[in-house]
Amino acid sequence: MASATYLLGLADDALIYAQRLGEWMTNAPQIEEDMALGNIALDLLGQARALYPHVGELDGTGRGEDDFAMLRYEREFRNVHLVEQERGDFAQEMARLLWFSAYQVELHRSLSGATDEVVRGVGQKAVKEVRYHLDHAQQWVVRLGDGTDESHRRMQAALDWVAPYVDELFDDDPVSVAAVREGSVGVHSPASLRPAVQHVVELTVSQATLTMPDPPAWRSRGGRDGIHSRPMGYLLAELQHIARSHPGATW
Amino acid sequence: MLVVVGMRVVVGVLMVGCAGRGIHPGILSGARQAATVPGVVPRTLPGSGVISHTGRMYGNDVIDPNEPLNAAEQAAAEGTDDGVASLSPAGRREQAATDLAAFDALIAADQRIEPRDAMPEKYRQTLIRQIAQHAHSEIIGMQPEGNWITRAPSLRRKAILIAKVQDEAGHGLYLYSAAETLGIDRQELLERLHDGKQRYSSIFNYPTLTWADNGAIGWLVDGAAIMNQVPLCRCSYGPYARAMIRVCKEESFHQRQGFEILWTLMRGTESQQAMAQDAANRWWWPALAMFGPPDTGDAAAGPTSGSHTEQSMAWGIKRFANDELRQKFVDMTVPQAQKLGLTLPDPDLRWNEERGHWDFGQVDWDEFWRVLRGDGPCNAERIAHRRRAHDDGAWVREAANAHAAKAQTRARESAA
Ligand SMILES: [Fe+2]
Ligand SMILES: [Fe+2]
Repeated sequence: MASATYLLGLADDALIYAQRLGEWMTNAPQIEEDMALGNIALDLLGQARALYPHVGELDGTGRGEDDFAMLRYEREFRNVHLVEQERGDFAQEMARLLWFSAYQVELHRSLSGATDEVVRGVGQKAVKEVRYHLDHAQQWVVRLGDGTDESHRRMQAALDWVAPYVDELFDDDPVSVAAVREGSVGVHSPASLRPAVQHVVELTVSQATLTMPDPPAWRSRGGRDGIHSRPMGYLLAELQHIARSHPGATW
Repeated sequence: MLVVVGMRVVVGVLMVGCAGRGIHPGILSGARQAATVPGVVPRTLPGSGVISHTGRMYGNDVIDPNEPLNAAEQAAAEGTDDGVASLSPAGRREQAATDLAAFDALIAADQRIEPRDAMPEKYRQTLIRQIAQHAHSEIIGMQPEGNWITRAPSLRRKAILIAKVQDEAGHGLYLYSAAETLGIDRQELLERLHDGKQRYSSIFNYPTLTWADNGAIGWLVDGAAIMNQVPLCRCSYGPYARAMIRVCKEESFHQRQGFEILWTLMRGTESQQAMAQDAANRWWWPALAMFGPPDTGDAAAGPTSGSHTEQSMAWGIKRFANDELRQKFVDMTVPQAQKLGLTLPDPDLRWNEERGHWDFGQVDWDEFWRVLRGDGPCNAERIAHRRRAHDDGAWVREAANAHAAKAQTRARESAA
């Protein structure tokens, strides 16, 4: 069923990015930022935890959140490559967060119009949260772009770094298109979200006295089909290893 | 059951490196406001009770969730946690202490000293040292559990753990703000921490080896911290006392969450039970050492001993002797260990009918001093981690300051 598969991708995006953001705690540039990134991670984790059991219902397997998070293999994860990339410097994180949160604002607006009650609920709750995430990212991109020579250079490099992973967020793959056609999980296909997101990002970038990168020579593909990049296996090893070491245990 | 997982916050505008700006008005005025952290806008999210998702907090009816589990809850049950309010309502005192005689009078009347009051330099320095050490402990204390965020065995545990580490960061900020009311800024305090000139609680020099350590830390370390901190809610220095009230409430959640981790493990597989027992074995004695050496006698030495203790008691900064608090902690914790089914690693542990207390063995004070002086399993690692984060972030903080200065100039120019 397309809806379940589509939602699984969204849940995986949220979980895997939460995992990456969690790595910042105790490593952030200042203590307020440990808290802020932890907070965003918690919100994303909340999205994933709300969606997983619903996917389990829709696909008839009855799987729960930890079945999805802890017991699937890499090829079964449907997240985009953007969220699985290793933690870089703070500018890279803000570049990633800018794109991802701008995308999620539009995504959850779309989910807010879903006829599926659970999905609508997730969208309506999350849209408020992800506006904070976007605001946070925008403020930092502007601070870093407009700050010192070093921060400007790093922020520009970060925008270049993130560019190849952006297109994948907006791919109209067959599953997404079919899911949106079914109508229960939102009203906009990924590609139709792009103009609004692009606009927000471009506005922020120009405010930050930075420039949008040239179209990258390559772009990531395959996440929604379970084809991932090198860091994904290591991420899952860390995420899953305790749970997998104790089969059947509850925590 | 609604279970709140610590404090949820999101950062709005950040204030970077502006001394004094971070002081929270609640700390200054003593007004009972919603607790916040400097530069942080509190936000309660509907349905953020991440624990409630899977039902009962303890997973079993044997444990009564209304039964006090730590010193903060005990105080609340006995109605003694409101010490600050009864100590010194703002209106009771007509004017600030303008000289040291007035300071003495306030102390004698068991009233609170506020930042505007005159105070002896030694009182100020003692408080700076104590509050800073406390703040540093919160910040360094994020590391042992932060180390497990990416590996938490379930999504629910991951969420609780992130919220907890986030709470500790908030405690640190709140306490740095309290210290700033004494005329020292966070930047300088952090430098003293990084340079090894100020300490943090030595408990965090022990490693978190297994998942169960997160349970043992919550149950024992947060539990011992609460035992230490509940009396500080009546500390003579107002901003510190008010910070402690808020902090104790959150520590109380942490302690329950830790207990619940162990509870679940002890009802799990054999290897989970072994994991829990091993963690209890390793954390029990360091937790007892958290109260510090006896204030008098052979083991007594160091900054809190002898005349220091007396002075702190006279100033209303310290209210109980270290041994007294340790005994209270043991008395409260042993029955909980029994409920959990854990054995505490002390052959001398037995109920003393005559005293009405648990007898227990001697903390290894040689080990305590050795670790305190730097020779513990994680001393070097903790400070190196903290310095690395700080140094890696230097360019970010500089950029934020530069941007703020530019924005100010632009605003001034456009106004002119
Ligand atoms: Fe704390
Ligand atoms: Fe705590």
